[in-house]
Amino acid sequence: MTKVALRGLAGRKLRAVLTGIAIVLGVAMISGTYILTDTVQRAFNNLLVDSYAGTDAVVTGKGLDISIDGEKPPPPPVDASLLEVVRGVDGVALATGSVLDERNTKILTPEGESVNSEGWPTLAFGIDTDPALTQFNPLNLFEGRWPASDDEVVVDVGTADKQDYAVGDTVEISTLQPKRPFEIVGVAKYGEVDSLGGISFAVFTIPAAQALLGREGQYDAISVAAGEGVSEDELVAAIAPALPGDAEVVSATAEAQEQADEVSEFTSIFRYFLLAFGAIALFVGAFVIFNTFSITVAQRTREFATLRTIGASRRQVLGSVILESLVIGLLASLVGLGLGVVLAEGIEALFGSLGVDLPSAERVFKTRTVVVALAVGVGITLLAGLFPAIRATRVPPISAVREGATLPHGRFHRYTPWVAGLVVVGSLLLLARAMFTDELGTGDRLLSIAGGVLLLFLGVAMLSSKLVRPIAAVVGTPARRAGGVAGTLASGNSVRNPSRTAATAAALMIGIALVAFIATLTNGMKASNREAIEEQVIADYVVTSLDGYTPFVAAAGEELAASPVPDVVTSVRSEAGQANGDTAEIGGIEPDTIADAYVFDWQDGDDSVLATLGKTNAVVSSNWAEDRAIGVGDKVTIRSTADKTAEVTVVGTFRPPPFYPLLESVNVSTELFDSLYDRPRNRWTWANVADGSTDQTRAQMEKAISGFPDTQLETREEWIQREDSDFNEFISFLYVMLTLAVFVSVFGMINTLVLSVYERTREIGMLRAIGMTRRQVRRMVRQESIITALIGAAIGLPLGIFLAALVNRALSEYDVRFAIPWLQLGVLTIVAIVIGVLAAIMPARRAARLNPLEAIAYE
Amino acid sequence: MSESHDGAVVVAQDVTRRYGEGETAVDALRGVSVDIAPGKATAVMGPSGSGKSTLMHILAGLDKPTSGTVGIAGTEITTLGDNDLTKLRREHIGFVFQFFNLLPMLDAKENILLPLTIAGEKPDDGWLDQLVDDVGLKDRLSHRPAELSGGQQQRVAIARALISRPTVLFADEPTGNLDSATSAEILELLRRSVAEYGQTIVMVTHDSRAAAVAHRVLFLADGEIVRELGECDAHTIHTVMEELAAA
Repeated sequence: MTKVALRGLAGRKLRAVLTGIAIVLGVAMISGTYILTDTVQRAFNNLLVDSYAGTDAVVTGKGLDISIDGEKPPPPPVDASLLEVVRGVDGVALATGSVLDERNTKILTPEGESVNSEGWPTLAFGIDTDPALTQFNPLNLFEGRWPASDDEVVVDVGTADKQDYAVGDTVEISTLQPKRPFEIVGVAKYGEVDSLGGISFAVFTIPAAQALLGREGQYDAISVAAGEGVSEDELVAAIAPALPGDAEVVSATAEAQEQADEVSEFTSIFRYFLLAFGAIALFVGAFVIFNTFSITVAQRTREFATLRTIGASRRQVLGSVILESLVIGLLASLVGLGLGVVLAEGIEALFGSLGVDLPSAERVFKTRTVVVALAVGVGITLLAGLFPAIRATRVPPISAVREGATLPHGRFHRYTPWVAGLVVVGSLLLLARAMFTDELGTGDRLLSIAGGVLLLFLGVAMLSSKLVRPIAAVVGTPARRAGGVAGTLASGNSVRNPSRTAATAAALMIGIALVAFIATLTNGMKASNREAIEEQVIADYVVTSLDGYTPFVAAAGEELAASPVPDVVTSVRSEAGQANGDTAEIGGIEPDTIADAYVFDWQDGDDSVLATLGKTNAVVSSNWAEDRAIGVGDKVTIRSTADKTAEVTVVGTFRPPPFYPLLESVNVSTELFDSLYDRPRNRWTWANVADGSTDQTRAQMEKAISGFPDTQLETREEWIQREDSDFNEFISFLYVMLTLAVFVSVFGMINTLVLSVYERTREIGMLRAIGMTRRQVRRMVRQESIITALIGAAIGLPLGIFLAALVNRALSEYDVRFAIPWLQLGVLTIVAIVIGVLAAIMPARRAARLNPLEAIAYE
Repeated sequence: MSESHDGAVVVAQDVTRRYGEGETAVDALRGVSVDIAPGKATAVMGPSGSGKSTLMHILAGLDKPTSGTVGIAGTEITTLGDNDLTKLRREHIGFVFQFFNLLPMLDAKENILLPLTIAGEKPDDGWLDQLVDDVGLKDRLSHRPAELSGGQQQRVAIARALISRPTVLFADEPTGNLDSATSAEILELLRRSVAEYGQTIVMVTHDSRAAAVAHRVLFLADGEIVRELGECDAHTIHTVMEELAAA
């Protein structure tokens, strides 16, 4: 029987290959994701190992133990005099102080732009390069020497390569101070890593770094090496008592571990995000496999019956079909695994095209990748092939002697619509639970959504065999009207076997539904975004950092304010901190000018309270206040990451638009803000020009902030449009990833058509014999394919819109608009037609090639 | 009505078969009793719709009677479950089909050996050689069905049916898809299998020449056995068929 199964498979290579592709792509996505994320993780880990190679303990300032969006703010610096204290502790062999700033530095390209692509930082180091202290230095000099004076710098290999900078060249670097030239005296690597992804770095002398980055007389960290026979823990225990209250010491192992955890949290989010697309592709692949096996089992009814008559048991029939799916699953998974290596490069390139360079290291190919990819690929194939295999066992031996015997329905066939209905109801319950239960954890919520959507697709697919006839009656109209006899036959063919057409269309339906979902949801988000900005801002111009959301050096706003061109300039500061003990984003606003740029929707108070802010008052957002039962007159204690505190009284509450609040929850005057934070940064700087803007005034304003290459000046409309296009970029990325699933469904369509053509060999021969031209045969197959694709669209589009409406409802607290993107959905329908045409190319050719005579004689 | 034979390998008693229910019910068999004697060929004839195919399907355990009993090699088969029926087929039953029903991906030899392969038994090389010789396929063993003529395919099918030395071989219109010259060869092969190996054969056919090979010919009409002939020539059989058709 094994031989029968394997030979049978070998005899149907095309089908096996087309079926296998359904799994190959999904598995490739999964293995590619693992390879890529493991590689990124390894790159970071290498970095951490190098960073702490010669260090046993690290002394830093005591920061607030808060994290915003999973990121901890860097600890505050410590006083430089602490270095001598630490050196004096028993058990300390060596110690050095260093400066490290991740936020305020930008290296410039020769054209004057920031070398960093969006969102990536430039690390600025101040390192003591005394040869005796080399063991603490995470950087390795690749060329040249370390900086020795204030206007010398060492840059990273990646930047030097990309910008064609060499030792001896001059480079402009902006810090807390506007850009100024430095001489490149060396090029260095971080440990042994060639590229840190989009991250670049600049190394200054310690005094230069302290001056440039607002750390006069301070170090960000003191690295300590233990003496002979002193363990890390003993070292930490020895140093701790010697430190003042605003400093702390941790072992290098603990410090490295904490950073490693942060990195692996990032990579695992990234990993699950990408794996989701692999899972979608595999889910679609499962439909394709189920359908292909169902069709082949039906076509092999006589073969199975013959096997039964000559003594094969049900178990043997079951085994032979399962063996087929096992072999297909295994081969496809192996190919997918290999393709994953290529795909990992592809995804990396895709991220690169979005301006996100991922750090690279030797490709990591873990055993886990192999195991997961094979297990998932084979598992899905087996699962999808199981029902057809069970149906094969229901073929009665008597079918061997009946011509045109068809596969009997399973015992439970008549319950299918009920089961499908239950599945749909179950899925809706899961979705409702995910979206409307407040106390659900994020993981739980995501699982509920994923499970709910999965079940919904499954249920709709099961029901869709009932929908095929009515939908085909509609979408088949053009074919019947304009397609002549070929169109009429195609329309008829598409409803000949509704469950087959349904399963084929369902695979495409999933991709279309997901695209429609994203398109609809994000269309509403874009509308909400524009509305929120237009509601809040009346300024002519806005200055943001290049990525549009990372705060930028406050001095940039001051430069603009100093320019005579703008009438009013007002900046909004933003930093993480605590308010009444809770993590909060603290904002700093300029009392005199903020109302000229920002429209407060006051709940309690009016614009006049702004003038009373001083150093003792604050205005807070209404939702923040309501959550904490705080009102005007109540006191709020603010604590900065530099561990400075201030008590303020609430003098006003305002209602920010829920979708895109541009101000923080707790806002104090810039004056107070700057006394709490040492190196304040702006989230926005808004500017008005008195007599309307001209190209000249704009150029003058741009020049004013040109010392800070991480900033950009835009009109309000440009700002909105850039946010739209950033959004579009992300959406396009999602679409590209979903293409994988659509691809899989296209192979499913090709497969079904090939099998249908094969099944209708006689019929097509007859049609040819009575005068149908090759062209008409091709058209017949193509029209059927288009009708199938349109059925997929007809179910997928409403389903996607429905899901978007559901999510929209769940996001109601953010006031997201619901706007159906008719144009995009129209385009999507055309895409479905194109897919139908493409999928039909090969099957139509095969059908047209059939020789009428042979086709009729075929048995 | 058939006379009873001691030592019959297939015994059917009062077999009825009704398809469908209520008003539209069709009685394909209306109480048929028949004994199949070992080592003989029995032909079942009758016009279309006479129930001859249904009778063979029930005798071979492919279909279940509405009432009545069927025994093969002493086992009552109408109450057997699927597993026991499978076992019975392996040990006692061989099939030859009108459309050959060979597996296209296996070559001739593999097709012949398939029943043994399925049952997990070792082929008896001497028997295989003899069979292959007798059906005249010696130089065709490595050919796939698609590379064989219809007659050759049916030879493979006959060898496949005989390889396990079944108690009874059921042939369903074995010449129905062949030209007359090839039919004659196939019939000769079946005749020789009875004469030389003592194979019991039950054959459904509407070809008088095929039936002429049999030792006994049963005629069915409207679900009942209406005539029975002993060994006789094709012309006699043809005449009986004409009479039945006219009736």
